Amino acid sequence: MTDDILISARDLTVGYQIGKGIFNKTILNAVNGVSLDIERGSFFGLVGESGSGKTTLGRALLKAAPITGGHARYADGEVDYDLSTLDGAALKDYRKRAQLIFQDPYAALSPRMTVRDIIAEPLEVMGLTKGRAETDERVREIAAKCRLNLEHLRRFPHAFSGGQRQRISIARALVAGPQFIVADESVAALDVSIQADVLNLLKQLQADLGLTFLFISHDLSVVAHTCDHVAVMYLGRLVETAPTRKLFAAPRHPYTKALFSAIPSLDPDDRGSAQKLTGEIPSPLNQPSGCKFHTRCPNAIDRCRSEEPSLENTGDGHSVSCHRWRELLEAVPA
Amino acid sequence: MTSLIDVKNLTLRFRTDEGLVKAVDDVSFSLKKGEVMGLVGESGSGKSVTAKALMHLNARNAVYDEGSKITLHTDDHGEVDVLSLKRPADMKIVRGGAISMIFQEPMASFAPAITIGSQMIEQLMLHSDMSKAQARALSIEMLDRVGISDPAKRIDQFAFELSGGMRQRAMIAMALSTKPKLLIADEPTTALDVTIQAQVIDLMKDLVNEFHMGIIFITHDLGVVAQTADKVCVMYLGRVVEEGPVREVIRNPKHPYTRGLIAALPQLDDLDAPLVPVPGDIPSPLERPSGCVFHTRCQEFMGDMCKTRLPQDIWIDPDHRVACHLHDPKETGK
Repeated sequence: MTDDILISARDLTVGYQIGKGIFNKTILNAVNGVSLDIERGSFFGLVGESGSGKTTLGRALLKAAPITGGHARYADGEVDYDLSTLDGAALKDYRKRAQLIFQDPYAALSPRMTVRDIIAEPLEVMGLTKGRAETDERVREIAAKCRLNLEHLRRFPHAFSGGQRQRISIARALVAGPQFIVADESVAALDVSIQADVLNLLKQLQADLGLTFLFISHDLSVVAHTCDHVAVMYLGRLVETAPTRKLFAAPRHPYTKALFSAIPSLDPDDRGSAQKLTGEIPSPLNQPSGCKFHTRCPNAIDRCRSEEPSLENTGDGHSVSCHRWRELLEAVPA
Repeated sequence: MTSLIDVKNLTLRFRTDEGLVKAVDDVSFSLKKGEVMGLVGESGSGKSVTAKALMHLNARNAVYDEGSKITLHTDDHGEVDVLSLKRPADMKIVRGGAISMIFQEPMASFAPAITIGSQMIEQLMLHSDMSKAQARALSIEMLDRVGISDPAKRIDQFAFELSGGMRQRAMIAMALSTKPKLLIADEPTTALDVTIQAQVIDLMKDLVNEFHMGIIFITHDLGVVAQTADKVCVMYLGRVVEEGPVREVIRNPKHPYTRGLIAALPQLDDLDAPLVPVPGDIPSPLERPSGCVFHTRCQEFMGDMCKTRLPQDIWIDPDHRVACHLHDPKETGK
């Protein structure tokens, strides 16, 4: 493994026990055998439908969901942690280095705290500053970076619009000086006009502070514009991962193709020409045999129903988990 | 095509502790039978309040201005002046009778402790003289029509037993079972995944053709509008700033706000294009700007004229209007 990989996961599995008692134990694997590398300073996108396990994977990498199999490693040059066994003082230290930005800026901020207190809370809880003066200094510094008006620090969240609130939650996530940020659907609740502003801010902060982002989203056009590298998840598994441009220029997995064609086109004359997916994502408790996507795949054959494909590296950082990607590539003239 | 609903000079204020707050300001539009209109704007632009006014469904503290008039053309009751309806018995004509509404969050719109079927049957019996058995048969037929598998079993299930896409389908089935002339869909696909969104959009298009009803599609996603609507109304801070055929408005937007909304949208065909946010936030309705309501954020701001005088509708084409001084030959001297 090279030095510039900040987060690496190998066969990472997150399982929850469903049902009580000795005889009624069912394990639900929300994330199943995921391997990925996130380069330092990159904007790594994670896409998939609801129920694909993208949020759970993000949480597992923050050590906020139980890792029941495989390994995840965080190495930023100063420390090197194995996330599956991390605890005690090392876990506390990891909390400073890895932070989460939530989806809904209306629910994520306490209505009874001023903006200053909200942003200062991580510093106080982790005891990172020596006194109030230093805390204030740090809060003002990060608030300015997040383009918040310093006079607003004394106000309460209800006085702010969605975009401003999201900037407050970003400031709170960044105040402790983390290296790794998980942004879970951080622009999904915002209007398009504001969404562009928050995305530009995240990119700016990433460049200024050298941060590494795991950007979880179901909106592919947003991911295409912000991320360097994209991984597509389906039912707890990675089905395809590639540098953004490669993926969008030539998606190889039928699921990725279907996701792309489902994006509503801004061209009113281009209606309904695309291939549409039928049905919904199956329940993780009742997973299909073989390739998990075969129940909705337009290209499924017998082999797909019986044998599960593995993630195959096809060169240039592009990996795909499909038995037929090579045939399908040839079938469609470029 | 004949007119279905005419909205004339609709102005609506809410009585609040902080005084009268103007939510809708002099809105006029009409919709023909079988026409699909997209109502677009940011949160706080008054789109939902306008739509609810069509059913006289706003809260008790809503005050309608003298000149406001909403006329609904029905087959059974002739012309109905919606705002003059007082008694609940009369309201039935517009609420669920001639007009049905689909809400954004299908989980919040179904009662959680009553089966889907009971809710569908209840409203059918309220709005028609069907027997319970007939209502049940029709409900099952409608569920089948919107693509829910095994409808005879699903009808006795509760909302939590259905997935998000299925709940929205059930919602649509319920809204359409009374054969409304006008369907108001308030962000019907916002809470859904792109793949399910594509299915719901297809379904709604089929249903327009089959039932020949008018649809008002409230959304902030211009892609969804491009895929579904015949015409678009763009709202900002309670005012219609631009209205026109969908091709015209999306390809040749006239109002700086419409242009801003389109520029802010991440587009897949040009990944290098920067995302341009509409600067600033939508002002609070308590502090409505003077003159043109958009002047505080406008890229084309032309000084005092925009600050002091309210722009009137300029007709670019017989069906395309824009409220902006930029297009007024008298103001610009062109």
